Amino acid sequence: QWATIRLQKGAKKPQPQMPRTPTANGIIERDETPMEKEIALLHRADFEFSHIFYFCRKGFEAIVEDEVTQRFSSEELLSWNLLTRTNVNFHYISLRLTIVWVIGVIVRYCFLLPLRFTLAAIGITSMIVGTTVVGQLPNSSVKNYLSEVVHLTCSRIIVRALSGTIRYHNKENRPQKGGICVANHTSPIDAIILTNDGCYAMVGQVHGGLMGIIQRATVKACPHVWFERSEIKDRHLVTKRLREHVADKSKLPILIFPEGTCINNTSVMMFKKGSFEIGGTIYPVAIKYDPQFGDAFWNSSKYNIVSYLLRIMTSWAIVCNVWYLPPMVRKDNEDAVQFANRVRSAIARQGGLTELPWDGGLKRAKVKDTFKEEQQKNYSKMLVRNGSVG
Amino acid sequence: SVSHSQITRLYSRFTSLDKGENGTLSREDFQRIPELAINPLGDRIINAFFPDGEDQVNFRGFMRTLAHFRPIEDNEKSKDQNGPEPLNSRSNKLHFAFRLYDLDKDDKISRDELLQVLRMMVGVNISDEQLGSIADRTIQEADQDGDSAISFAEFVKVLEKVDVEQKMSIRFLH
Repeated sequence: QWATIRLQKGAKKPQPQMPRTPTANGIIERDETPMEKEIALLHRADFEFSHIFYFCRKGFEAIVEDEVTQRFSSEELLSWNLLTRTNVNFHYISLRLTIVWVIGVIVRYCFLLPLRFTLAAIGITSMIVGTTVVGQLPNSSVKNYLSEVVHLTCSRIIVRALSGTIRYHNKENRPQKGGICVANHTSPIDAIILTNDGCYAMVGQVHGGLMGIIQRATVKACPHVWFERSEIKDRHLVTKRLREHVADKSKLPILIFPEGTCINNTSVMMFKKGSFEIGGTIYPVAIKYDPQFGDAFWNSSKYNIVSYLLRIMTSWAIVCNVWYLPPMVRKDNEDAVQFANRVRSAIARQGGLTELPWDGGLKRAKVKDTFKEEQQKNYSKMLVRNGSVG
Repeated sequence: SVSHSQITRLYSRFTSLDKGENGTLSREDFQRIPELAINPLGDRIINAFFPDGEDQVNFRGFMRTLAHFRPIEDNEKSKDQNGPEPLNSRSNKLHFAFRLYDLDKDDKISRDELLQVLRMMVGVNISDEQLGSIADRTIQEADQDGDSAISFAEFVKVLEKVDVEQKMSIRFLH
Protein backbone atom coordinates (compact mmCIF):
# COMPACT_ATOMS: atom_id res chain seq x y z
CA GLN A 1 0.00 0.00 0.00
CA TRP A 2 2.83 2.37 0.71
CA ALA A 3 4.64 2.05 -2.59
CA THR A 4 8.01 3.69 -2.29
CA ILE A 5 8.56 6.07 -5.12
CA ARG A 6 12.13 6.35 -6.21
CA LEU A 7 12.31 9.77 -7.71
CA GLN A 8 15.23 10.47 -9.89
CA LYS A 9 17.03 13.10 -7.91
CA GLY A 10 16.57 16.45 -9.57
CA ALA A 11 14.13 15.03 -12.07
CA LYS A 12 13.25 17.92 -14.30
CA LYS A 13 11.37 16.16 -17.06
CA PRO A 14 8.65 13.82 -15.84
CA GLN A 15 6.24 12.05 -18.16
CA PRO A 16 3.54 14.25 -19.67
CA GLN A 17 0.47 14.29 -17.47
CA MET A 18 -2.87 13.50 -18.97
CA PRO A 19 -5.74 15.20 -17.20
CA ARG A 20 -7.05 12.53 -14.88
CA THR A 21 -10.59 12.08 -13.70
CA PRO A 22 -10.96 12.99 -10.04
CA THR A 23 -9.94 9.98 -7.96
CA ALA A 24 -12.56 8.65 -5.58
CA ASN A 25 -10.45 9.42 -2.54
CA GLY A 26 -13.37 9.36 -0.21
CA ILE A 27 -13.61 7.19 2.84
CA ILE A 28 -17.31 6.44 2.77
CA GLU A 29 -19.79 5.37 0.18
CA ARG A 30 -22.06 8.34 -0.42
CA ASP A 31 -25.61 7.53 -1.36
CA GLU A 32 -26.50 10.16 -3.91
CA THR A 33 -30.21 9.36 -4.16
CA PRO A 34 -31.95 12.70 -4.27
CA MET A 35 -34.42 13.57 -1.53
CA GLU A 36 -37.45 13.23 -3.75
CA LYS A 37 -36.60 9.74 -4.88
CA GLU A 38 -35.67 8.41 -1.48
CA ILE A 39 -38.58 9.79 0.45
CA ALA A 40 -41.11 9.12 -2.26
CA LEU A 41 -39.96 5.53 -2.39
CA LEU A 42 -41.91 4.88 0.78
CA HIS A 43 -45.26 3.52 -0.15
CA ARG A 44 -47.29 6.24 1.41
CA ALA A 45 -46.81 9.81 0.37
CA ASP A 46 -47.58 11.77 3.54
CA PHE A 47 -45.29 12.36 6.39
CA GLU A 48 -43.73 9.26 7.84
CA PHE A 49 -41.53 8.80 10.86
CA SER A 50 -38.95 7.33 8.55
CA HIS A 51 -38.49 10.58 6.65
CA ILE A 52 -35.98 11.68 9.20
CA PHE A 53 -33.73 8.79 8.20
CA TYR A 54 -32.84 10.63 5.03
CA PHE A 55 -31.76 13.81 6.80
CA CYS A 56 -30.18 11.85 9.57
CA ARG A 57 -27.99 9.79 7.32
CA LYS A 58 -27.04 12.79 5.21
CA GLY A 59 -26.05 14.59 8.37
CA PHE A 60 -23.86 11.77 9.59
CA GLU A 61 -22.28 11.30 6.20
CA ALA A 62 -21.36 14.97 6.28
CA ILE A 63 -19.85 14.57 9.74
CA VAL A 64 -17.66 11.68 8.65
CA GLU A 65 -16.66 13.26 5.39
CA ASP A 66 -17.91 16.37 3.66
CA GLU A 67 -17.21 17.79 0.25
CA VAL A 68 -16.26 21.25 1.37
CA THR A 69 -13.94 21.32 4.37
CA GLN A 70 -11.61 18.80 2.79
CA ARG A 71 -10.85 21.30 0.02
CA PHE A 72 -9.28 23.64 2.51
CA SER A 73 -6.57 21.24 3.49
CA SER A 74 -3.99 19.48 1.42
CA GLU A 75 -4.93 16.56 -0.74
CA GLU A 76 -4.08 13.15 0.62
CA LEU A 77 -1.83 11.08 -1.56
CA LEU A 78 -2.49 7.44 -2.33
CA SER A 79 1.17 6.59 -2.19
CA TRP A 80 3.80 8.35 -0.22
CA ASN A 81 6.27 10.71 -1.85
CA LEU A 82 8.86 10.70 0.94
CA LEU A 83 7.74 13.96 2.49
CA THR A 84 6.47 13.56 6.04
CA ARG A 85 4.20 16.49 5.57
CA THR A 86 2.06 14.52 3.14
CA ASN A 87 1.94 11.47 5.33
CA VAL A 88 -0.96 12.00 7.65
CA ASN A 89 -0.83 8.66 9.39
CA PHE A 90 2.87 8.45 9.90
CA HIS A 91 4.13 5.22 11.32
CA TYR A 92 7.30 3.28 11.01
CA ILE A 93 7.34 0.86 8.07
CA SER A 94 10.85 -0.36 7.55
CA LEU A 95 14.42 0.62 8.18
CA ARG A 96 15.16 0.93 4.50
CA LEU A 97 12.34 3.36 3.96
CA THR A 98 13.46 5.46 6.88
CA ILE A 99 17.00 5.63 5.52
CA VAL A 100 15.71 6.67 2.14
CA TRP A 101 13.64 9.33 3.81
CA VAL A 102 16.59 10.64 5.81
CA ILE A 103 18.67 10.90 2.67
CA GLY A 104 15.78 12.75 1.11
CA VAL A 105 15.65 15.21 3.98
CA ILE A 106 19.37 15.89 3.75
CA VAL A 107 19.18 16.43 0.03
CA ARG A 108 16.21 18.70 0.28
CA TYR A 109 17.28 20.87 3.16
CA CYS A 110 21.02 21.03 2.79
CA PHE A 111 21.41 21.00 -0.93
CA LEU A 112 18.25 22.07 -2.70
CA LEU A 113 17.11 24.69 -0.26
CA PRO A 114 20.18 26.95 -0.25
CA LEU A 115 20.40 26.67 -4.01
CA ARG A 116 16.79 27.60 -4.48
CA PHE A 117 16.93 30.38 -1.96
CA THR A 118 19.85 31.99 -3.73
CA LEU A 119 18.14 31.76 -7.06
CA ALA A 120 14.96 33.22 -5.67
CA ALA A 121 16.86 36.09 -4.12
CA ILE A 122 18.56 36.79 -7.44
CA GLY A 123 15.24 36.61 -9.23
CA ILE A 124 13.41 38.95 -6.91
CA THR A 125 16.23 41.46 -6.76
CA SER A 126 16.55 41.63 -10.51
CA MET A 127 12.82 42.02 -10.78
CA ILE A 128 12.83 45.00 -8.46
CA VAL A 129 15.92 46.57 -9.95
CA GLY A 130 14.96 45.81 -13.54
CA THR A 131 11.45 47.17 -13.31
CA THR A 132 12.60 50.28 -11.49
CA VAL A 133 15.12 50.98 -14.21
CA VAL A 134 12.63 50.36 -16.98
CA GLY A 135 10.12 52.44 -15.09
CA GLN A 136 12.27 55.49 -15.51
CA LEU A 137 11.85 55.44 -19.26
CA PRO A 138 9.12 57.47 -20.89
CA ASN A 139 6.12 55.52 -22.12
CA SER A 140 6.88 53.95 -25.46
CA SER A 141 6.86 50.66 -27.21
CA VAL A 142 10.50 50.21 -26.27
CA LYS A 143 9.53 50.51 -22.63
CA ASN A 144 6.81 47.95 -23.03
CA TYR A 145 9.16 45.59 -24.75
CA LEU A 146 11.83 45.97 -22.10
CA SER A 147 9.25 45.59 -19.36
CA GLU A 148 8.14 42.33 -20.88
CA VAL A 149 11.70 41.10 -21.08
CA VAL A 150 12.39 41.94 -17.47
CA HIS A 151 9.18 40.37 -16.22
CA LEU A 152 9.67 37.20 -18.21
CA THR A 153 13.29 36.75 -17.32
CA CYS A 154 12.83 37.28 -13.62
CA SER A 155 9.79 35.09 -13.59
CA ARG A 156 11.80 32.33 -15.20
CA ILE A 157 14.53 32.68 -12.63
CA ILE A 158 12.03 32.42 -9.83
CA VAL A 159 10.41 29.38 -11.37
CA ARG A 160 13.79 27.72 -11.57
CA ALA A 161 14.26 28.64 -7.96
CA LEU A 162 11.24 26.55 -7.13
CA SER A 163 12.36 23.74 -9.39
CA GLY A 164 9.29 24.27 -11.40
CA THR A 165 8.49 22.14 -14.37
CA ILE A 166 5.58 23.52 -16.25
CA ARG A 167 3.93 22.18 -19.36
CA TYR A 168 1.84 24.63 -21.28
CA HIS A 169 -0.85 23.21 -23.49
CA ASN A 170 -2.70 24.88 -26.33
CA LYS A 171 -0.49 27.92 -26.48
CA GLU A 172 -2.51 29.22 -29.39
CA ASN A 173 -5.21 30.16 -26.88
CA ARG A 174 -2.89 32.31 -24.88
CA PRO A 175 -4.60 35.41 -23.49
CA GLN A 176 -4.48 38.45 -25.73
CA LYS A 177 -4.22 42.11 -24.90
CA GLY A 178 -7.40 43.69 -23.66
CA GLY A 179 -8.71 40.40 -22.35
CA ILE A 180 -9.21 38.91 -18.93
CA CYS A 181 -7.38 35.80 -17.90
CA VAL A 182 -9.21 33.65 -15.37
CA ALA A 183 -7.73 30.68 -13.55
CA ASN A 184 -8.30 28.41 -10.59
CA HIS A 185 -6.39 29.36 -7.48
CA THR A 186 -4.20 27.09 -5.43
CA SER A 187 -1.33 29.19 -4.22
CA PRO A 188 0.39 32.54 -4.64
CA ILE A 189 2.73 30.80 -7.04
CA ASP A 190 -0.06 30.52 -9.60
CA ALA A 191 0.70 34.03 -10.78
CA ILE A 192 4.36 33.26 -11.30
CA ILE A 193 3.51 30.06 -13.14
CA LEU A 194 1.47 32.06 -15.59
CA THR A 195 3.83 34.98 -16.01
CA ASN A 196 6.49 32.49 -16.92
CA ASP A 197 4.86 32.22 -20.29
CA GLY A 198 3.38 35.61 -20.95
CA CYS A 199 2.90 39.03 -19.53
CA TYR A 200 -0.13 39.96 -17.54
CA ALA A 201 -1.41 42.92 -15.64
CA MET A 202 -1.78 41.69 -12.10
CA VAL A 203 -4.71 42.61 -9.97
CA GLY A 204 -4.46 42.63 -6.25
CA GLN A 205 -4.29 44.35 -2.95
CA VAL A 206 -1.38 46.51 -1.94
CA HIS A 207 0.75 44.76 0.68
CA GLY A 208 3.47 45.98 2.94
CA GLY A 209 6.96 44.62 3.25
CA LEU A 210 8.84 42.91 0.48
CA MET A 211 5.67 42.28 -1.50
CA GLY A 212 4.87 45.98 -1.36
CA ILE A 213 8.31 46.88 -2.68
CA ILE A 214 7.86 44.49 -5.57
CA GLN A 215 4.43 45.90 -6.28
CA ARG A 216 5.61 49.51 -6.28
CA ALA A 217 8.55 48.71 -8.51
CA THR A 218 6.69 46.68 -11.07
CA VAL A 219 3.81 49.07 -11.44
CA LYS A 220 6.20 51.70 -12.80
CA ALA A 221 7.18 49.48 -15.68
CA CYS A 222 3.87 47.89 -16.43
CA PRO A 223 0.29 48.94 -15.65
CA HIS A 224 -0.57 46.46 -12.93
CA VAL A 225 -3.73 47.20 -11.01
CA TRP A 226 -3.02 47.44 -7.31
CA PHE A 227 -5.81 48.39 -4.96
CA GLU A 228 -5.61 49.91 -1.53
CA ARG A 229 -7.35 47.91 1.12
CA SER A 230 -10.14 50.44 1.42
CA GLU A 231 -10.75 50.44 -2.32
CA ILE A 232 -11.27 46.70 -2.45
CA LYS A 233 -14.43 47.03 -0.38
CA ASP A 234 -16.00 49.25 -2.99
CA ARG A 235 -17.07 46.82 -5.65
CA HIS A 236 -18.12 49.51 -8.12
CA LEU A 237 -14.76 51.17 -7.92
CA VAL A 238 -13.02 47.91 -8.56
CA THR A 239 -15.24 47.08 -11.52
CA LYS A 240 -14.78 50.56 -12.94
CA ARG A 241 -11.02 50.47 -12.83
CA LEU A 242 -10.90 47.01 -14.34
CA ARG A 243 -13.31 48.05 -17.05
CA GLU A 244 -11.11 50.97 -17.98
CA HIS A 245 -8.12 48.71 -18.18
CA VAL A 246 -9.87 46.19 -20.38
CA ALA A 247 -11.26 48.86 -22.67
CA ASP A 248 -7.74 49.89 -23.57
CA LYS A 249 -6.85 47.23 -26.10
CA SER A 250 -3.18 47.97 -25.90
CA LYS A 251 -2.99 47.01 -22.28
CA LEU A 252 -1.89 43.59 -21.13
CA PRO A 253 -4.55 41.06 -20.18
CA ILE A 254 -5.63 41.13 -16.55
CA LEU A 255 -5.05 38.10 -14.40
CA ILE A 256 -7.84 37.29 -11.98
CA PHE A 257 -8.53 34.34 -9.66
CA PRO A 258 -12.29 34.39 -9.23
CA GLU A 259 -12.44 31.83 -6.43
CA GLY A 260 -11.12 34.52 -4.17
CA THR A 261 -9.10 32.15 -2.02
CA CYS A 262 -6.73 29.22 -2.29
CA ILE A 263 -8.34 25.83 -2.79
CA ASN A 264 -6.43 22.60 -2.57
CA ASN A 265 -6.35 21.83 -6.29
CA THR A 266 -8.79 18.95 -6.22
CA SER A 267 -11.80 21.03 -7.07
CA VAL A 268 -12.95 24.37 -8.38
CA MET A 269 -15.27 26.29 -6.12
CA MET A 270 -17.71 29.02 -6.87
CA PHE A 271 -16.45 31.88 -9.00
CA LYS A 272 -17.22 35.37 -7.78
CA LYS A 273 -19.29 36.99 -10.45
CA GLY A 274 -17.54 40.37 -10.31
CA SER A 275 -14.89 39.46 -12.86
CA PHE A 276 -17.54 38.30 -15.26
CA GLU A 277 -19.46 41.53 -15.20
CA ILE A 278 -16.63 43.60 -16.60
CA GLY A 279 -17.22 42.56 -20.15
CA GLY A 280 -14.55 41.74 -22.64
CA THR A 281 -13.18 38.38 -23.61
CA ILE A 282 -12.42 35.83 -20.95
CA TYR A 283 -9.46 33.54 -21.44
CA PRO A 284 -9.87 30.60 -19.05
CA VAL A 285 -6.79 28.80 -17.86
CA ALA A 286 -6.67 25.56 -15.91
CA ILE A 287 -3.74 24.91 -13.60
CA LYS A 288 -3.20 21.46 -12.16
CA TYR A 289 -0.27 20.63 -9.92
CA ASP A 290 1.11 17.15 -9.66
CA PRO A 291 0.96 16.36 -5.95
CA GLN A 292 3.59 13.62 -6.13
CA PHE A 293 6.42 16.11 -6.25
CA GLY A 294 5.25 18.65 -3.77
CA ASP A 295 2.14 20.16 -2.35
CA ALA A 296 1.55 23.59 -3.80
CA PHE A 297 -1.59 24.40 -1.84
CA TRP A 298 -1.32 27.28 0.60
CA ASN A 299 -3.41 26.60 3.67
CA SER A 300 -3.41 30.17 4.91
CA SER A 301 -5.12 29.33 8.18
CA LYS A 302 -2.42 26.85 9.03
CA TYR A 303 0.78 28.32 7.59
CA ASN A 304 1.91 31.86 7.03
CA ILE A 305 3.55 32.88 3.79
CA VAL A 306 7.10 32.39 5.02
CA SER A 307 6.63 28.84 6.23
CA TYR A 308 4.67 28.17 3.07
CA LEU A 309 7.57 29.28 0.89
CA LEU A 310 9.91 27.19 3.00
CA ARG A 311 7.77 24.14 2.41
CA ILE A 312 7.68 24.84 -1.31
CA MET A 313 11.42 25.19 -1.46
CA THR A 314 12.00 21.94 0.36
CA SER A 315 9.70 19.88 -1.80
CA TRP A 316 11.04 17.79 -4.59
CA ALA A 317 9.75 20.04 -7.31
CA ILE A 318 6.73 21.93 -8.46
CA VAL A 319 5.32 20.13 -11.43
CA CYS A 320 2.24 21.39 -13.07
CA ASN A 321 0.22 21.51 -16.23
CA VAL A 322 -1.29 24.66 -17.60
CA TRP A 323 -4.02 24.47 -20.19
CA TYR A 324 -5.01 27.54 -22.13
CA LEU A 325 -8.68 27.20 -23.01
CA PRO A 326 -10.38 28.84 -25.98
CA PRO A 327 -11.67 32.32 -25.21
CA MET A 328 -15.23 32.76 -24.02
CA VAL A 329 -17.60 35.65 -24.23
CA ARG A 330 -20.81 36.21 -22.30
CA LYS A 331 -23.82 35.23 -24.34
CA ASP A 332 -26.82 37.54 -24.59
CA ASN A 333 -29.17 35.24 -22.75
CA GLU A 334 -26.96 34.46 -19.79
CA ASP A 335 -26.22 36.57 -16.76
CA ALA A 336 -22.90 36.95 -15.03
CA VAL A 337 -23.48 34.02 -12.67
CA GLN A 338 -24.35 31.61 -15.46
CA PHE A 339 -21.40 32.80 -17.47
CA ALA A 340 -19.14 32.33 -14.47
CA ASN A 341 -20.42 28.77 -14.05
CA ARG A 342 -19.88 28.01 -17.70
CA VAL A 343 -16.28 29.15 -17.54
CA ARG A 344 -15.80 27.23 -14.31
CA SER A 345 -17.08 24.00 -15.86
CA ALA A 346 -14.68 24.36 -18.74
CA ILE A 347 -11.75 24.85 -16.40
CA ALA A 348 -12.78 21.98 -14.13
CA ARG A 349 -13.26 19.60 -17.01
CA GLN A 350 -9.88 20.40 -18.52
CA GLY A 351 -7.96 20.14 -15.30
CA GLY A 352 -9.70 17.02 -14.08
CA LEU A 353 -11.06 18.81 -11.03
CA THR A 354 -14.46 18.40 -9.43
CA GLU A 355 -16.85 21.28 -9.56
CA LEU A 356 -18.40 22.33 -6.32
CA PRO A 357 -21.29 24.74 -5.99
CA TRP A 358 -19.88 25.98 -2.70
CA ASP A 359 -18.25 29.32 -2.04
CA GLY A 360 -14.57 29.36 -1.25
CA GLY A 361 -15.41 31.90 1.40
CA LEU A 362 -16.69 29.03 3.54
CA LYS A 363 -13.09 28.55 4.53
CA ARG A 364 -13.65 31.29 7.04
CA ALA A 365 -17.30 32.23 7.03
CA LYS A 366 -20.48 30.37 7.96
CA VAL A 367 -22.79 29.08 5.30
CA LYS A 368 -25.82 31.18 4.45
CA ASP A 369 -29.19 30.19 5.86
CA THR A 370 -30.74 30.33 2.41
CA PHE A 371 -29.34 26.90 1.62
CA LYS A 372 -31.09 25.34 4.59
CA GLU A 373 -34.28 27.16 3.66
CA GLU A 374 -34.01 25.67 0.20
CA GLN A 375 -33.85 22.15 1.64
CA GLN A 376 -36.86 22.88 3.82
CA LYS A 377 -38.73 24.21 0.85
CA ASN A 378 -38.04 21.12 -1.22
CA TYR A 379 -39.21 18.84 1.54
CA SER A 380 -42.37 20.88 2.09
CA LYS A 381 -43.19 20.73 -1.58
CA MET A 382 -43.13 16.96 -1.44
CA LEU A 383 -45.36 16.79 1.61
CA VAL A 384 -47.95 19.16 0.27
CA ARG A 385 -47.96 17.77 -3.22
CA ASN A 386 -48.37 14.16 -2.26
CA GLY A 387 -50.41 14.14 0.89
CA SER A 388 -53.90 15.38 1.37
CA VAL A 389 -53.12 18.19 3.72
CA GLY A 390 -55.62 19.82 6.07
CA SER B 1 -15.71 -4.43 14.93
CA VAL B 2 -14.29 -1.34 13.31
CA SER B 3 -11.02 -1.88 11.46
CA HIS B 4 -7.80 -0.17 12.41
CA SER B 5 -7.65 1.91 9.27
CA GLN B 6 -11.21 3.10 9.79
CA ILE B 7 -10.40 4.23 13.30
CA THR B 8 -7.32 6.04 12.06
CA ARG B 9 -9.29 7.85 9.40
CA LEU B 10 -12.02 8.81 11.80
CA TYR B 11 -9.44 10.07 14.26
CA SER B 12 -7.90 12.08 11.47
CA ARG B 13 -11.32 13.50 10.72
CA PHE B 14 -11.92 14.23 14.41
CA THR B 15 -8.69 16.20 14.70
CA SER B 16 -9.35 18.14 11.53
CA LEU B 17 -12.72 19.22 12.93
CA ASP B 18 -11.15 20.10 16.27
CA LYS B 19 -10.11 23.65 15.51
CA GLY B 20 -9.38 24.42 19.13
CA GLU B 21 -6.96 21.51 19.22
CA ASN B 22 -7.97 20.49 22.71
CA GLY B 23 -9.01 16.92 21.98
CA THR B 24 -12.72 17.60 22.09
CA LEU B 25 -15.35 18.88 19.72
CA SER B 26 -17.87 21.55 20.54
CA ARG B 27 -21.15 22.27 18.80
CA GLU B 28 -19.47 25.05 16.81
CA ASP B 29 -16.97 22.58 15.41
CA PHE B 30 -19.83 20.57 13.93
CA GLN B 31 -21.59 23.64 12.62
CA ARG B 32 -18.57 24.52 10.59
CA ILE B 33 -19.39 21.67 8.24
CA PRO B 34 -21.46 23.37 5.54
CA GLU B 35 -23.40 20.27 4.51
CA LEU B 36 -24.40 19.72 8.12
CA ALA B 37 -25.23 23.36 8.74
CA ILE B 38 -27.77 23.37 5.93
CA ASN B 39 -29.38 20.11 7.03
CA PRO B 40 -32.81 20.91 8.50
CA LEU B 41 -32.21 18.42 11.30
CA GLY B 42 -28.64 19.55 11.75
CA ASP B 43 -29.05 20.79 15.30
CA ARG B 44 -30.78 17.60 16.46
CA ILE B 45 -28.05 15.49 14.90
CA ILE B 46 -25.36 17.55 16.59
CA ASN B 47 -27.20 17.17 19.89
CA ALA B 48 -26.96 13.41 19.57
CA PHE B 49 -23.24 13.74 20.20
CA PHE B 50 -23.80 15.52 23.52
CA PRO B 51 -26.14 13.19 25.33
CA ASP B 52 -25.56 14.26 28.89
CA GLY B 53 -26.00 17.97 28.41
CA GLU B 54 -22.28 18.58 28.19
CA ASP B 55 -20.64 20.96 25.74
CA GLN B 56 -17.70 18.92 24.60
CA VAL B 57 -17.37 15.46 23.12
CA ASN B 58 -14.13 13.49 23.05
CA PHE B 59 -13.09 10.96 20.46
CA ARG B 60 -14.58 8.08 22.39
CA GLY B 61 -17.98 9.76 22.49
CA PHE B 62 -17.62 10.69 18.83
CA MET B 63 -17.03 7.06 17.88
CA ARG B 64 -19.83 5.83 20.12
CA THR B 65 -22.39 7.99 18.37
CA LEU B 66 -21.03 7.16 14.94
CA ALA B 67 -21.15 3.47 15.82
CA HIS B 68 -24.92 3.56 15.45
CA PHE B 69 -24.36 3.94 11.73
CA ARG B 70 -22.19 0.95 11.13
CA PRO B 71 -23.75 -1.44 8.66
CA ILE B 72 -25.40 -4.40 10.34
CA GLU B 73 -23.53 -6.97 8.29
CA ASP B 74 -20.38 -6.03 10.22
CA ASN B 75 -21.91 -7.84 13.17
CA GLU B 76 -21.82 -11.16 11.38
CA LYS B 77 -18.12 -11.30 12.00
CA SER B 78 -18.29 -10.92 15.73
CA LYS B 79 -21.20 -12.92 16.98
CA ASP B 80 -21.25 -12.44 20.71
CA GLN B 81 -24.56 -13.82 21.91
CA ASN B 82 -23.91 -13.18 25.55
CA GLY B 83 -22.59 -9.66 25.24
CA PRO B 84 -24.64 -6.48 25.16
CA GLU B 85 -26.50 -5.75 21.98
CA PRO B 86 -24.23 -3.90 19.55
CA LEU B 87 -24.96 -0.21 19.00
CA ASN B 88 -25.72 -0.71 15.35
CA SER B 89 -28.41 -3.38 15.71
CA ARG B 90 -31.70 -2.64 14.06
CA SER B 91 -33.28 -2.06 17.41
CA ASN B 92 -30.62 0.39 18.52
CA LYS B 93 -30.73 2.25 15.23
CA LEU B 94 -34.44 2.66 15.72
CA HIS B 95 -33.87 3.75 19.28
CA PHE B 96 -31.42 6.36 18.03
CA ALA B 97 -33.99 7.72 15.61
CA PHE B 98 -36.65 7.63 18.32
CA ARG B 99 -34.46 9.76 20.56
CA LEU B 100 -34.18 12.37 17.81
CA TYR B 101 -37.89 12.92 18.23
CA ASP B 102 -38.21 12.35 21.96
CA LEU B 103 -36.53 15.46 23.36
CA ASP B 104 -37.65 15.16 26.98
CA LYS B 105 -36.65 11.51 27.09
CA ASP B 106 -39.89 10.26 28.54
CA ASP B 107 -39.96 7.35 26.07
CA LYS B 108 -42.93 8.82 24.26
CA ILE B 109 -43.18 11.03 21.22
CA SER B 110 -45.83 13.58 22.07
CA ARG B 111 -47.76 15.69 19.57
CA ASP B 112 -45.61 18.69 20.46
CA GLU B 113 -42.38 16.81 19.98
CA LEU B 114 -43.54 15.58 16.61
CA LEU B 115 -44.57 19.09 15.65
CA GLN B 116 -41.15 20.40 16.59
CA VAL B 117 -39.38 17.99 14.29
CA LEU B 118 -41.86 18.63 11.51
CA ARG B 119 -41.34 22.35 11.85
CA MET B 120 -37.57 21.90 11.57
CA MET B 121 -38.00 19.93 8.38
CA VAL B 122 -40.46 22.21 6.58
CA GLY B 123 -39.25 25.60 7.75
CA VAL B 124 -41.76 28.35 7.08
CA ASN B 125 -43.40 26.74 4.10
CA ILE B 126 -46.36 25.07 5.79
CA SER B 127 -48.87 26.74 8.10
CA ASP B 128 -49.36 25.75 11.72
CA GLU B 129 -52.79 24.37 10.90
CA GLN B 130 -51.63 22.17 8.07
CA LEU B 131 -48.70 20.97 10.11
CA GLY B 132 -50.98 20.24 13.03
CA SER B 133 -53.23 18.05 10.96
CA ILE B 134 -50.27 16.20 9.50
CA ALA B 135 -49.06 15.52 13.03
CA ASP B 136 -52.50 14.43 14.20
CA ARG B 137 -52.94 12.04 11.34
CA THR B 138 -49.49 10.54 11.81
CA ILE B 139 -50.08 9.93 15.50
CA GLN B 140 -53.56 8.54 14.93
CA GLU B 141 -52.29 5.96 12.49
CA ALA B 142 -49.47 4.77 14.69
CA ASP B 143 -51.07 5.08 18.11
CA GLN B 144 -52.35 1.72 19.27
CA ASP B 145 -52.98 2.21 22.96
CA GLY B 146 -54.89 5.45 22.47
CA ASP B 147 -52.72 7.74 24.58
CA SER B 148 -52.16 10.20 21.70
CA ALA B 149 -48.45 9.66 21.91
CA ILE B 150 -46.10 7.22 20.28
CA SER B 151 -44.20 4.81 22.46
CA PHE B 152 -41.08 3.06 21.27
CA ALA B 153 -43.00 -0.16 20.60
CA GLU B 154 -45.53 1.68 18.45
CA PHE B 155 -42.63 3.43 16.67
CA VAL B 156 -41.03 0.09 15.88
CA LYS B 157 -44.33 -1.31 14.59
CA VAL B 158 -44.84 1.59 12.19
CA LEU B 159 -41.37 1.11 10.77
CA GLU B 160 -41.40 -2.68 10.58
CA LYS B 161 -41.47 -2.70 6.79
CA VAL B 162 -38.79 -0.05 6.39
CA ASP B 163 -35.25 -1.11 5.57
CA VAL B 164 -33.74 0.61 8.56
CA GLU B 165 -30.44 -1.16 8.13
CA GLN B 166 -29.87 0.34 4.73
CA LYS B 167 -31.19 3.81 5.50
CA MET B 168 -29.31 4.30 8.72
CA SER B 169 -25.92 2.93 7.73
CA ILE B 170 -22.73 4.42 6.43
CA ARG B 171 -20.40 2.16 4.51
CA PHE B 172 -16.67 2.66 4.45
CA LEU B 173 -14.91 2.23 1.15
CA HIS B 174 -11.93 0.41 2.60
